[in-house]
Amino acid sequence: MRKILTSILPCFVLFICAAPGVWAQHVSANIIPDADRIQPNQLRTMLKSNHAPVVLQVGSHLLFQEAHIPGSRYAGPGSQDSGIEVLQKAVSSLPKDRFIVLYCGCCPWDRCPNVAPAWQRLHEMGYSSVKVLYLPDNFGDDWVTKGYPTERQ
Amino acid sequence: MMDMRRPLRGCAGFLFAVAVAATAFAAQPGFTSMHKPAPEFVRADLSQQPIDLHAYRGQVVLLAFWATWCAPCQLEMPHFVAWQRQYGSKGLQIIAISMDDDAQPVRRLLQQRHVNYPVVMGDVKLAELYGGVMGLPVTFLIDRDGMVAARFKGESNLNLMRNRMLQLLNEH
Repeated sequence: MRKILTSILPCFVLFICAAPGVWAQHVSANIIPDADRIQPNQLRTMLKSNHAPVVLQVGSHLLFQEAHIPGSRYAGPGSQDSGIEVLQKAVSSLPKDRFIVLYCGCCPWDRCPNVAPAWQRLHEMGYSSVKVLYLPDNFGDDWVTKGYPTERQ
Repeated sequence: MMDMRRPLRGCAGFLFAVAVAATAFAAQPGFTSMHKPAPEFVRADLSQQPIDLHAYRGQVVLLAFWATWCAPCQLEMPHFVAWQRQYGSKGLQIIAISMDDDAQPVRRLLQQRHVNYPVVMGDVKLAELYGGVMGLPVTFLIDRDGMVAARFKGESNLNLMRNRMLQLLNEH
């Protein structure tokens, strides 16, 4: 029995490691600490200032086309490897201390599959000033309906 | 001289109430079709069959905006499949509008879930017809006369949705 297990176990481990696409899937936004969240009214104020952050939408491209935060760029989806590659490219020319805000708003915060993987990746890349826009319900209710600015693609 | 303070206070109170009510209605910009005719559209579904909303007059339509990456949408899907099976003969037609960027994951999921209703790939124009879809899921119930009877946003109480749907099915 031990021989069977010792022969199967490495294969199992290799399989798990070889399936990064699977593990890039749902990582709850709840892992993002409060210190790395920014409230909509705070971001709105910052956008009007001379020190506006780089804002990246890491969710659905279709929802981005409908409406997005003015000046933001699409860099997703964070839940997919291909989207993380887009994100990496989007920040590649930015200095590591650049203030970056990520957002999605596809779904309720604790159900969003996009923001946490994107936030994690930027930290892994060494970006030290990354926050995530806290949208508890969705972009429509927590930004658009509140009358905050939007633009369309 | 007549004391004008009371009527002035009354007017101020009335105007304040009107302002609050106006703000409440203005708080949901874009969607103004509740209890009005559902915006019509004709789109091909993923089987390339034309889906013309107008053709479903006389039936109750459950129009569901969803996406494969939307976890609450995934929870709704088996219920929608069951409802279509159970109430299709009573006049229910479910139509799903996918807000995915690409049809490939949608086709894959539909096969896995044995979805028994048409699925159309959505776009900005279709989303805007329905007041803007800036968060999922969003589900509309359209009555037999083609009027928008209900709208459910976010992770909805499916019992409430089902009860409202049954009410509409029982109306003739």
